[in-house]
Amino acid sequence: MLEYDFMRIAFVAAFWVGIVCGPVGWFLVLRGQTFASHALSHVGFAGATGALLLGFPPLAGLTSGALLAGILMGVAPERTAGRDVMIGLVLSVALGLGALCLHFLTHAASAATALLFGDILGVSRTMLLWLVALSVCCLGALAFMGRPLLFASLQPELAAAKGVRLRVLDIAFLALVALATAECAQITGILLVFTLMVAPAATVLRLGIAPLYGLALAACLAVAEAWGGLVLSWYTDAPTSFWIALLGALGFVGACVSRRVTSA
Amino acid sequence: MSTPAVQVLHATVVRGGQAVLQDVSFTVPRGSFVGVLGANGAGKTTLFQALLGLAPAQSGTLHINGAPVHCGNAAVGYMPQMRKVVGGQLSGWSMVAAALKGRKWGLPWCGRAGRAAVDAALAAVDAQDLARKPLETLSGGQRQRLLLAQTLLDDPSLLLLDEPLASLDPARMRETALRIHSLAQSRNMTVLMSAHDINPLMGVMDHVLYLARGKALLGTVDEVITTEALTALYGAQVDVVRAGGRVFVVAEGGGSALQPHDCPGGHSHA
Ligand SMILES: Nc1ncnc2c1ncn2[C@@H]1O[C@H](COP(=O)(O)OP(=O)(O)OP(=O)(O)O)[C@@H](O)[C@H]1O
Ligand SMILES: [Mg+2]
Repeated sequence: MLEYDFMRIAFVAAFWVGIVCGPVGWFLVLRGQTFASHALSHVGFAGATGALLLGFPPLAGLTSGALLAGILMGVAPERTAGRDVMIGLVLSVALGLGALCLHFLTHAASAATALLFGDILGVSRTMLLWLVALSVCCLGALAFMGRPLLFASLQPELAAAKGVRLRVLDIAFLALVALATAECAQITGILLVFTLMVAPAATVLRLGIAPLYGLALAACLAVAEAWGGLVLSWYTDAPTSFWIALLGALGFVGACVSRRVTSA
Repeated sequence: MSTPAVQVLHATVVRGGQAVLQDVSFTVPRGSFVGVLGANGAGKTTLFQALLGLAPAQSGTLHINGAPVHCGNAAVGYMPQMRKVVGGQLSGWSMVAAALKGRKWGLPWCGRAGRAAVDAALAAVDAQDLARKPLETLSGGQRQRLLLAQTLLDDPSLLLLDEPLASLDPARMRETALRIHSLAQSRNMTVLMSAHDINPLMGVMDHVLYLARGKALLGTVDEVITTEALTALYGAQVDVVRAGGRVFVVAEGGGSALQPHDCPGGHSHA
């Protein structure tokens, strides 16, 4: 399968996306913000369809839409009652807007499928370059803010007392999540962002591995699941996203079972 | 005399449009063990936040070791009152270590010296074994012991402990109070520790700081926990009853102004 150019590109793209989604997802699960990432991907969908309509590449629309929403979400008064409701509202309005944009697109059906369920085999060389650049930025940012982010996530009150700027970290982290979500949507589609963002990270967290190793392992697991999905879809003809989703779920269930067995 | 550990002069701290502390003044000498008492909402947590630089004072001055309060002061160890467990699958060790140089940018990497510092802090409270277990499998009291270890990380000279005895049984309360006391003695730390019951702190405290109606009263137990002093502080009849070696502060109408955990297996306050 590696003799085909599109497969080689797909493997490289899956590597760079997985290596970001794993650790970003680790913090996302730790902080209990997975719903926010789900919402960001939907805003990204509206951005992507809007970009298509205006003749821009969808990745640009996806990234800027998600990034804008992520920053706004971080700036919005935190820990207010009904934040879930607000995110849910934004999510549905964004999806509705996306549907509206699709309505005016000529090749609506294929564009919609690619956005919603991912199209890893359709990644072009230019897009790959963009993905690599985004990944390098994300990993750099994560390495830079890793320590205070971990502290603030685990013990916000104490971190604030020790001079950690919670607000700045909140915003920076959600912006990071937005970028990772946009990348991930390229591979798994908007509807299945959870599979690469949340499943590997939740699996690793469930195993109770110390933070730094957990972050590294989440990255490895995300890459492994993405590659596994590619290989399986090559041999079975089922879509990559399906296999990635299934592998993610299996990994998580496996971690839960092994945890139960070892603690019993 | 050396500079006091804590000096508060005419401080007014406003929270949500209401003055929680009003023109409060007191001075805590170095090495003193202070029990901070007061009913729910009296302003104990607010006072700690003001000393941490998180709740700026409207007027007046607050100094710690002679320097004005500021956020992120390494000389101050803090145990917050809110103790939500995040990342319950992580080990206690990881949680304690997260606070090490926690505000510095970079990867959450401890290094050999960092790991040794965490181990030493855990050893000081006999929690090395506890620290290996996942947080979610620990009891509230065991988790509190880890948090106490965490406050020791930067070798602070002042500890602000917000209700470290909450949700402990009476025997554990006494044990914890004694543990904090001996730690403070051996490391020359000043301790401000809030509590709802004065009894576990008897014999351990050097001073009581009693908060009520936005006012504060600092003195020894014999000076502050008296019917006259507390009646003046509350502006209403408050009786101090001593029975069986215990102290009860009882407000008019029979309700207790402080809520003593007097009977074994009695109620606890969040
Ligand atoms: N962030 C806040 N915003 C607005 N008001 C606040 C805030 N924090 C505290 N308050 C108010 O300040 C007063 C004092 O609260 P504080 O938490 O200091 O009391 P406390 O003595 O610690 O009580 P407890 O024993 O219940 O912990 C209360 O009336 C409370 O409603
Ligand atoms: Mg309080």
